[in-house]
Amino acid sequence: MTILGFRVPMMASLLVWCVVWEAVGQSGALFLIPPLSDVLTAMVALVQTGTWQAAALTTLHSFVLGMFFAITAGTLLGVLMGRFPAVDNLLGIWVNIFVSAPLSALVPVLMILFGMGETTVVVTVFLFAVWIIVLDARAGIQGVPPSLVEMGRSYGASAFTLYARIILPAALPEILAGIRLGLVRGVKGVVIGQLLVSIIGYGELFELYSRNFDMTNFWALTLILFAAAMLLSALVEALEKRVDYYAGVR
Amino acid sequence: MEALRGIDLDFPTGRLTTLLGPSGCGKTTLLKIIAGLIPASAGEVRVNGRVVTGPGPERAFVFQDFALMPWATVLRNVAFGLELKGMGKDERQSIARRYIAEVGLSGFENKYPHELSGGMRQRVGLARAFAVNADVLLLDEPFSAVDEQNRRKFQEDLLRLVALEKKTFIFVTHSIEEAVYCSDRIVILSRRPGRVAEIIEPQIDRSAPPDAIRRDQGYLDTVEEIWQGLKRYVD
Amino acid sequence: MALPAHANGSSRAVHPPEAPTVWGKLMEHRPALWRAASVGLFFLAWEIAGRVPISYAFPTFLETLRAFVAMLLDGSLLAAYGQTLQPLVIGIAVSALLGVGLGIVMGLSRFAEWLVAPVFIVLQAAPMAALIPLITFVYGIGLLAKTLAVIMLALPVIALNGYKAVRNANPSLVAMCRSFQGTRWQTVTRVIIPDASPVIFAGLRLGLAAGFIGVILAELLITPTGIGDLITYHRSVADYPEMYAAVVSIILVSTLTLAALEAFELRVLRPEKRTS
Repeated sequence: MTILGFRVPMMASLLVWCVVWEAVGQSGALFLIPPLSDVLTAMVALVQTGTWQAAALTTLHSFVLGMFFAITAGTLLGVLMGRFPAVDNLLGIWVNIFVSAPLSALVPVLMILFGMGETTVVVTVFLFAVWIIVLDARAGIQGVPPSLVEMGRSYGASAFTLYARIILPAALPEILAGIRLGLVRGVKGVVIGQLLVSIIGYGELFELYSRNFDMTNFWALTLILFAAAMLLSALVEALEKRVDYYAGVR
Repeated sequence: MEALRGIDLDFPTGRLTTLLGPSGCGKTTLLKIIAGLIPASAGEVRVNGRVVTGPGPERAFVFQDFALMPWATVLRNVAFGLELKGMGKDERQSIARRYIAEVGLSGFENKYPHELSGGMRQRVGLARAFAVNADVLLLDEPFSAVDEQNRRKFQEDLLRLVALEKKTFIFVTHSIEEAVYCSDRIVILSRRPGRVAEIIEPQIDRSAPPDAIRRDQGYLDTVEEIWQGLKRYVD
Repeated sequence: MALPAHANGSSRAVHPPEAPTVWGKLMEHRPALWRAASVGLFFLAWEIAGRVPISYAFPTFLETLRAFVAMLLDGSLLAAYGQTLQPLVIGIAVSALLGVGLGIVMGLSRFAEWLVAPVFIVLQAAPMAALIPLITFVYGIGLLAKTLAVIMLALPVIALNGYKAVRNANPSLVAMCRSFQGTRWQTVTRVIIPDASPVIFAGLRLGLAAGFIGVILAELLITPTGIGDLITYHRSVADYPEMYAAVVSIILVSTLTLAALEAFELRVLRPEKRTS
C-alpha cells in the first residue's frame, strides 16, 4: 500500500482500527467495548498487580513446560516417521487425526485424569502443539534430498554425524516452521485449558472479570495475551528467516 | 532497472526471427514488451503500423513454463483464447481440434496437462497460440523445459509449422544450436542493458532433411561464429 | 557407472510376471492394511490400559464401545448431534461465504489488503477462545451464541487462506490470460479463482476443524447443550464409558467430515490429483 509514493507498512492499518475502537468505545454504543484508552490505562495498572503477575507466571510456566515436551517429543517422532516407513505407517493416521481433531473435547477427560490443576493445562498445551510439529518435522526429513545423504555416506559420515550434520540441518527450515505453528497452537491450548479448568492462572482472571462484567480489565487481559502471542510468533519467524535462505536451494 | 537500450528492429512477415543473448540480457523482457505484457519505459512497438499499448488479438504468446491451466483439459486449454473472446462452444472446440491435430496431439483432447510430457504440454501451448489466428507468434524459450530428444523433434515440427502458417515468428532462446537451426534471422543481444550486438542470417538449405541440416557446413560455421562472438559475455 | 544401472535393469527383466498370489493381493492394499493394524493396535493398547487400570476414571475400550452403541440406540447421541451440528453448519456456511469473499477482495485489492489483512493475521495468531465468555453477555446461551463462537474461530483462517491463495495465484497463468486479451473479470473468474481454489479449500478444512473446537468449547463453557453437555453430564455422574464415548464420537465425526470434504475436493476440483 502506497500513499503519495510512500510505502505505508501493512501493520500500520491496525492503528486505524485502534482509532475506530476508541471511537466506538467513546460513543458508548456497545457496553462490551470500552474505549481503547481506558483499556490501555487498565493494562498498565493490571500488570503492576500481584494477582496478574502470579497468574502470568502460572500461565507461562504451564506453557513453557507443555511446549518443551511438545517440541522434544514432536521433533523426535517426526524424525522417526520421516526416516522409518514402519513408524510412519503405524502412527501417521493418528497424527493426521489429532492434528485437526477438536481437542477441546478432550480437556474434560484430561481434567478427570490429571486433576483440576496445572498438569491438565500442561497436557493440553502439549496435545494442542505436538501434532503439527510432528507433521512438519516429518515433511522436513522426507524433503532432505537423497543426494545430500548419499554425499555424506560417500565421505564416510557415521550415522550420528549424518543426522547431526546433514539431515537435521537440512530439515531445519520445516522443523522451525512446525515449531512456530506449534507455539501458536500452544498459546490457544493454554488459554482453552485454563478457561475450562478456570481456577488457575489466566483462566481464573478471565472468569473473575467476565463474571463481574469488568470489560475494561477483561479486554486489558485479552490484549496482553494477543500481544504475547503475536510477539512469540514474530520471534520464531525471525529465527526462521535466518535459516530460510537455504530452504529453497537444498 | 534498465534492461534494454536502443533497440531498433523490424520483424518481417512469414519468417522466424530469434532473439539470442547471454542470460539476463533482457531478451524475454523485449519479447514481453512486444507482447504488451510489460510497458516500455521509452520508445514504441508497432505491429502492422499500429502502436502497441497492451496485449492484442494480432499477437499470441507461447510461455516458457507452458502456462497451462491444470484444471482444464487439453481441448479447453487450446480453446481458451477463443473462450475469452466469447466465441461459442462448438465453434471454438472445432477450431481447437484442428490445431491440436496440427501439432500432433490428436487423441489427447480430453487429457489433463499433468498426464502429458513436457514436450506435449508445450505443443498444447503452441496450439493455443495458433488457435487465435494471430499474425505474430511470440515464443519465450518454449523448449527450455523440454528434454533434449523431444526438443529436437519439436524444432523440426516448428520449422514445418513456420512454412505452413505464414506468420511472423519471434523466438527467444539461449541455445545457439537451436537459434541457428530454426531461424531465418538471428538478433544477438549484448549483456544488460541489452543492445543489438549483431544480426546474422544463417545461409542454410531448409529443403534438406533435418539430419542433413545439423551436419551442414553452413550450420556448423554459423554456430561457431556466434559462439566466438558470445564467448566474451560468459563469466 | 553404467554397471549398477544395467544390473538393475536386467534383474527386473529376468523376473517373469508373477501370478497374483494371496500375499500379492494383500500387498496391493498395503496402506489400508497398515491403517487397520495401526487402529487395531491403538484400541488394544487402550483396552490393556483400561484393564490395568491406569486410573479409576479410565474405562476400557470395550466398555466405551458398549456405551457408544447404547447411546446410539437410545437416541441420546443423535439428539446431541442435532444440537451441536446445527450451529456448526450455520457458522461454517457464514464463515465460508464471508471469509472466501473477504479473502478474494484482499487478494485482489492492495487497499483492502492493507486495511483488513493485518486484523485477520492478529486474529489467527491470537487465542480467540478467550473471547468466547464475552458472547454470552450479548447473545445469551442460545443457537446464536454457539454460531458466533464457530464464526470467531473459523473465519480468520478461511479469510487468510483465501487471501494468500488469490495473492499467490500463478503469475504465468495471469499473464497468459492477459496476453489473450482476457478482461479483468475473466482473469479473476476463469484463472485466478480456479487456480486459488485448492488453497481456499484447505482454508475451509482448517476453518471446519477450528469450528468444531469452537462449538465444543461453547458447549463446555457457556451453553450446556449437545455433545458438550453429554460430556459434562456423564462426567458429573461418573459415567466414564459414556463420557469417553461422547468425546471419541466427536473426534470421529470431525475426522470423517474433514476426510469427506477432502475427498469431495479431489473428485470435483482437482483433475491433476485424481489417480485414475
